[in-house]
Amino acid sequence: MSLRGTAAIIGVGSVKPERRMPDRSGIGVAAEAGIKAVRDAGLRREDIDGLITQMPGETPTALAEYLGLRPTWSHGVVMEGATGTTSVTLAAMALDAGLAKNVLVVIGGLAPGGDMPTEGGSRLREQFDAPFGPASGATGWYAMIANRYAYEYGLTDEQRASVAVQQRENAHGNPNAIFRGIPLTIEDVVTSRMISTPLRLLECVMPTGGAEAVLMTSADRARSGPQEPVYLLGSGMAVDHYTLGGASTLTTSPVAISARRAFEMAGLGPRDMDMVSLYDCYTITVLISLEDAGFVPKGEAGAFVESTDITYKGELPVNTHGGQLSYGQPMVAGGMSHVTESVLQMQGRAGERQVEKLDYCFVNG
Amino acid sequence: MGAAAVSEEYPFPLPTPGVITGPFWDGLREHRLLVQRCLTGGHLVHYPREFCPVCYSPDLEWEEMSGRGRVHAFTVVHRAVHPAFQQEKAPYVFALIRLDEGPILTSNVEGVALDEMRIEMPVEVYFDDVTEQVTLPKFRPVGG
Ligand SMILES: [Zn+2]
Repeated sequence: MSLRGTAAIIGVGSVKPERRMPDRSGIGVAAEAGIKAVRDAGLRREDIDGLITQMPGETPTALAEYLGLRPTWSHGVVMEGATGTTSVTLAAMALDAGLAKNVLVVIGGLAPGGDMPTEGGSRLREQFDAPFGPASGATGWYAMIANRYAYEYGLTDEQRASVAVQQRENAHGNPNAIFRGIPLTIEDVVTSRMISTPLRLLECVMPTGGAEAVLMTSADRARSGPQEPVYLLGSGMAVDHYTLGGASTLTTSPVAISARRAFEMAGLGPRDMDMVSLYDCYTITVLISLEDAGFVPKGEAGAFVESTDITYKGELPVNTHGGQLSYGQPMVAGGMSHVTESVLQMQGRAGERQVEKLDYCFVNG
Repeated sequence: MGAAAVSEEYPFPLPTPGVITGPFWDGLREHRLLVQRCLTGGHLVHYPREFCPVCYSPDLEWEEMSGRGRVHAFTVVHRAVHPAFQQEKAPYVFALIRLDEGPILTSNVEGVALDEMRIEMPVEVYFDDVTEQVTLPKFRPVGG
């Protein structure tokens, strides 16, 4: 049994990320992305019998009601940055099992007001971190990973900065990217404000409001819509830790396992991929994921990005929408933006930033 | 109750010990660094739990650690989550300490210049009595 080729994405919808959306509700933003995806797929409201969502403070039933949907199969997904990719897999499973015919996946909402909370999370775990002063957001944890990586393999500030700069090049071709048109140089990145060594401001995502959605159907129905179907050929998942102290290693991520499983299901390998979209909360994340997914040997990602064009024009296009670093991170929908972008690219609808030759792409969350 | 209470004299977040985690903080007040050991498989468990995550044994006992370890990873925080850390401490070392016995603790390393911090540097615990009720386990270079 395998999900290979059993389901396809036939519609996408995005709401442009914005720092502040004072005249919007979170559920309304999510709904807008959902409506766009349904229309993009050429379907009607009545056709949607499956719904997967993740919205801060809202539930799948709330969105179903808001959108006038009466799905016969629905689910909420809570998998941090991997919520989007997990939802796509879950939708494919539901379609394969015959539980639904057309599944709408919607992730999004508004950015939290003000700075990140000073407290929160589980008391049981957080009391062992908070008294020692974590850095803003998740930056301190990824900073420790970056330092440990540099210790084990070597990595320069400029190599990490190259990720941010090349992704900005991609963003210039994306009307929805929050940093489109704002130039970025290596010098800008390595002199930007220090957040938590070695990570500087321009290596960190900016939280925004926004939403991303896809419409999925089974392979036998996929050709009836107006868009070219994009098939799910392989999927893999891996969970390693919640707190960084619980990680089996700091410098190899669970992507090493999830990517291998996805490639195995697809019967394909990294060399077959024409484009890559990698979760990028920080620059270091992209480098480690490039290695762990098998695109670059372990320890060589820094030198690789420095010597390789990874923009949409290059030999291995990475994060063509700008990545979350330049597109914006619409909260948990940030991971989902890698999915919607990949679909647009595969369908030849990515406009100025269109990758030329494209048969297969790799996405991680 | 939040994850961390703040007192007026001490503006930084304080732990709020519960039923499971209380003995860890009680031990620190007596200047002892305690970690749970599972009696079934001998595994050390941190943060504290009701079950050993290796063999699921509910039979856990508190055991004193040597207090020696190494810097597993660290960062110098310039932009802290908590305003008191931002105003009064930044920049400071935020680190994962790997005890010689194995468990990994989040902590601070003090008594060392920021540019002399190194991964795998040997460190030892010292007990910072930050309030009358709370002692935090912090680390400094061995012999420092
Ligand atoms: Zn055990």
